Amino acid sequence: MENTPIISLENISVSFDGEIVLKDFNLSIRNGEFVTLLGASGCGKTTTLRIIGGFVKQDFGDVFFNGKKINDLPPHKREVNTIFQKYALFPHLNVYDNVAFGMRVHGKSESQIKTTVHEMLSMVNLNGFEHRNVNLLSGGQQQRVAIARALANEPKVLLLDEPLGALDLKLRKDMQAELKKIQQQTGITFVFVTHDQEEALSMSDTVVVMDKGEIQQIGTPQDIYNEPENAFVADFIGESNILDGIMHEDYLVEFAGHPFKCVDKGFQTDEPVDVVIRPEDIDVVEPDASHLSGTVTSVNFKGVHYEIIVDVHGFKWMIQSTDYQEVGNRIGLSIQPDDIHIMHKSEYSGMFGDYSSFSDEMDEESQLEGKEAEI
Amino acid sequence: MKAKSAAAPYIVWMVIFIIVPMLLVVIFAFTDKSGSFTLKNIEEVGQYSNVFLRSIWLGAIATAICLLLGYPLAGIISRISPRRQSVIIMLVMLPMWMNFLLRTYAWMTLLEDNGIINNVLAFFGLGRLHLINTQGAVVLGMVYNYIPYMILPIYSVLTKIDKKVVEAAQDLGANRVKVFSKVIFPMSMPGVISGVTMVFVPAVSTFIISKMLGGGANLMIGDLIDMQFLGSAYNPNLGSAISLVLMVLILICMGIMNQFDDGENNEGGIMV
Repeated sequence: MENTPIISLENISVSFDGEIVLKDFNLSIRNGEFVTLLGASGCGKTTTLRIIGGFVKQDFGDVFFNGKKINDLPPHKREVNTIFQKYALFPHLNVYDNVAFGMRVHGKSESQIKTTVHEMLSMVNLNGFEHRNVNLLSGGQQQRVAIARALANEPKVLLLDEPLGALDLKLRKDMQAELKKIQQQTGITFVFVTHDQEEALSMSDTVVVMDKGEIQQIGTPQDIYNEPENAFVADFIGESNILDGIMHEDYLVEFAGHPFKCVDKGFQTDEPVDVVIRPEDIDVVEPDASHLSGTVTSVNFKGVHYEIIVDVHGFKWMIQSTDYQEVGNRIGLSIQPDDIHIMHKSEYSGMFGDYSSFSDEMDEESQLEGKEAEI
Repeated sequence: MKAKSAAAPYIVWMVIFIIVPMLLVVIFAFTDKSGSFTLKNIEEVGQYSNVFLRSIWLGAIATAICLLLGYPLAGIISRISPRRQSVIIMLVMLPMWMNFLLRTYAWMTLLEDNGIINNVLAFFGLGRLHLINTQGAVVLGMVYNYIPYMILPIYSVLTKIDKKVVEAAQDLGANRVKVFSKVIFPMSMPGVISGVTMVFVPAVSTFIISKMLGGGANLMIGDLIDMQFLGSAYNPNLGSAISLVLMVLILICMGIMNQFDDGENNEGGIMV
């Protein structure tokens, strides 16, 4: 039993109106795991969740729950519960009746319901809110009611569809911690959907990075950050300088016109590769002390560090440093072998990683977010 | 302050055309022909209790039929594609664009002993039915004329129900029957109450429908009031008294009806 995944998706394909949403998608989720599906909007992460919940029927492939095929099981018969993006509380019921809904549907006794509702409400810190009108609660409180309502049903798996998206930053941080705590307390398997990479890294046991309906990488948060599979993952998770390189032999790579020692191996001789260097791994040194030197073109104060853009022979690097640099200064970049991460070339090669269009990229992102908000 | 001064014309209008007439009805109801105070008119209303009962009974039946027919239709319309929705809603409202009298008159020619329906039945050798001048004909006329007022508010409430809330109910284990009885129907109560109000009130006080389709035997309160003002039995004081009692009865009915709603969120619900 231990080895059977609680949920497994096999060769799932879905398209809406001829547009492919998920392509031959395979995913296994272990019991008790906190799994996060991470990706930009339209990557298929919510669709994956809705397939598990039973709200979307896949065109091809199978869904297994504890080893049993549940392709044709309607949502109300599945032992999973969902926390919806906008909470979807029942507006005609008060807090107590919202939380009691699932148990009433299942015909539990009122005395048992009362005990469980109180237990759930104290777990989400909403004691004394029983008779409140849910429409008059704040976003964070509504969110808590939604969590209590889903957990009262004692699901085997809890599906969370961007549950923190509508909350402000401070509240979101608190709820992240609280959700993580609830997950550890109850031991329920959480499948969490988000587009926020920081949220994914800080909460999950396993992160599934998705794009265009396909899994780009599955791994622990550390794996995903330190050993990104391709340029998409490297760019999506955190900041990265991504350069074209050539892997001459094991532990030797050439990029930016110079050979560098590295810790990667197993590539073909002289294989073209993508080289990832995280901005916080680069040390600023005297211009003469390094092969790489360039001119500072912009400096942004970020609180913990400065974000410094350096032009090295036309390629703009990002460096995160606690030391301030004057724009126009010539500085050297020092990179240690274990700061260099080598990736095979992929369809994403060359699309990310140079910060020459940094500001434009930011604009695009904010435009995208604006569109999402409209939808 | 601006909002207040902008409301002034409406307030003046309401005072002149709603408050004052209501007061006049009350004054007429409690005075005799010479203008002195009396309770005689109200006492006299008692002898028409059978007419009141018949009106409320027929109005209630018509309202119930409108609800039973209108709710499923509103539900179906709310689920089809938005473009088709507007076409069907237009079809629902289409009869309302025709004159009320004309519509009812058309039913007369259909239901008459020598009307179209009976002629068709006779043609197929099925024998003639007595349709016109029955309570059934009156109820039919009410349902036909007032059913759009049931469909539209229910439809508008149903389209506003968030699909995610329905999904949440399914997610928590509710099958189709329970989704309807525990979520959709309670959430559509404001629309049901509006619909019931907008059908029941005019149905109870109608006089054209009962006059044209009900014949003399199915006298309703509306006919009775009509007679006191325009008919043979000219007596505005009694007419006002009947109107007043009718108003009180309708208020009581609607009060009972509103008990079915939680009372907490009456959005969309109309209090009479």
